[in-house]
Amino acid sequence: MSAAMDPVWTALALSLKVAGWATAITLVLGTAVGYMLARWRFPLRDLLDSLLTLPIVLPPTVLGYYLLVMLGRRGWLGAWLHDNLGINLIFTWQGAVIAASVVAFPLVFKPARAAFEAVDGQLEQAAQVLGLSGAKIFFRVTLPLAWRGILAGMLLAFARALGEFGATLMIAGSIPGHTQTLSIAVYEAVQAGQDDVANRLVLITSVVCVTVLLAAGRLMPGQVANRRDGDRG
Amino acid sequence: MKRHPCHYLLAILLSLAALPGLAGDLVVSAAASLTNAFKDIAEHYEAKHPDAKVLLNFAASGTLLQQIAKGAPVDVFASADQETMDMAEAQGLVANAQRRDFARNALVLVVPADSAIEIAALGDLAQGAVRRVAIGNPASVPAGRYAGRALEQAGLATALQGKLINTQNVRQALDYVARGEVEAGFVYATDARLMADKVKVALEVPLDIAISYPIAAIGISSSENASSEKAASAAEATRFIDFVLSPEGQAVLDNHGFARP
Repeated sequence: MSAAMDPVWTALALSLKVAGWATAITLVLGTAVGYMLARWRFPLRDLLDSLLTLPIVLPPTVLGYYLLVMLGRRGWLGAWLHDNLGINLIFTWQGAVIAASVVAFPLVFKPARAAFEAVDGQLEQAAQVLGLSGAKIFFRVTLPLAWRGILAGMLLAFARALGEFGATLMIAGSIPGHTQTLSIAVYEAVQAGQDDVANRLVLITSVVCVTVLLAAGRLMPGQVANRRDGDRG
Repeated sequence: MKRHPCHYLLAILLSLAALPGLAGDLVVSAAASLTNAFKDIAEHYEAKHPDAKVLLNFAASGTLLQQIAKGAPVDVFASADQETMDMAEAQGLVANAQRRDFARNALVLVVPADSAIEIAALGDLAQGAVRRVAIGNPASVPAGRYAGRALEQAGLATALQGKLINTQNVRQALDYVARGEVEAGFVYATDARLMADKVKVALEVPLDIAISYPIAAIGISSSENASSEKAASAAEATRFIDFVLSPEGQAVLDNHGFARP
């Protein structure tokens, strides 16, 4: 059997695809929402913040149920998508992306909000005085200053999306090659008593997670570098 | 001295930890399709024997077998097929002499109640209007294994390959049909009855083997190191199995649509 056909590698490829898309989506949305909550004053801001943080505390099965009821063929959003756009999300990898995005979203927008709030307003004012437009200030001053916090959130979101299980199983099912991600494949293998497959899957998952952590350390030398600087100084 | 709040938390946690594993508990692992029937049976059993406390654990038969094989403290195992019980026997978890068949069932193909798709035979699943069919994962769900066998014999296994949605147990297949997420699903006749308002039976799936449910006590065969506590739970397990096979237990199963063994 060639490596490309091996179900273990298929599951890994699918997991990376789903987690990658979920990370991209949460990165864009989380950064935008984080900025909005950090800078704009509007009523019910704290309530909105709490609502958006819910996926961290809600059990994945609760989220999965909400998504199933909402996006299912008889759900209000699912029925609309199906009737108007011909889109069906249940039992598709795109459905898995949505489940992973929902659970990973707070992990990006929370640190993003904190990072934007920590940006020194005087630097932005200076850019304004120098004649930069609003969008340019955001992309050339604010975002670069907040980037480290957002990046930290992004890596956490990727790791969380990679490990998503409950909500994904409920709305995307477990279709080998289509929606059976690593974590679901592990569950299936254990259920079926295929310990050899389970062993390989958990080994691969662990290696991927350690790699993500190491990459996180590389990308964000943050604390370690600071300490070193401190030693030198 | 003022106590730290952690002390109280610890005390609560410890008292909770002491709850499971009470001596008189009988742990029964039963196939997902038996969920309603066995809840009912356990109620009748506890009413008859006030000293007994039945803890029910439902999942796909294959899942239950894996739990037992990995050492889950289960006293009685009721499977939805002979094959899973054969595997339990092969692993030395149950003794052949202990095994008894207690019910029969039929496999049916269900469609959403408002479905307009004509399905009169298994071959009709190949039509384009049927895009998804829910089936228990054959690796661990007996209903999926029976269905896979029927599709194989009808020569449809490859034609339907891309349409099959594997589920964790038979009840999940039922749920997907009831929600209209799939055009059809394989479940037991007893499952279809539970959601008669949301699903309708399109056909009874023809099978060359009978769907019969075996039940057995777990771990009685290894009696050489049996303590008195173990002997007591073995006696309790036998008492429960006898109850399931008694006219009273059979009447409950009748009510839930199961046929006699």
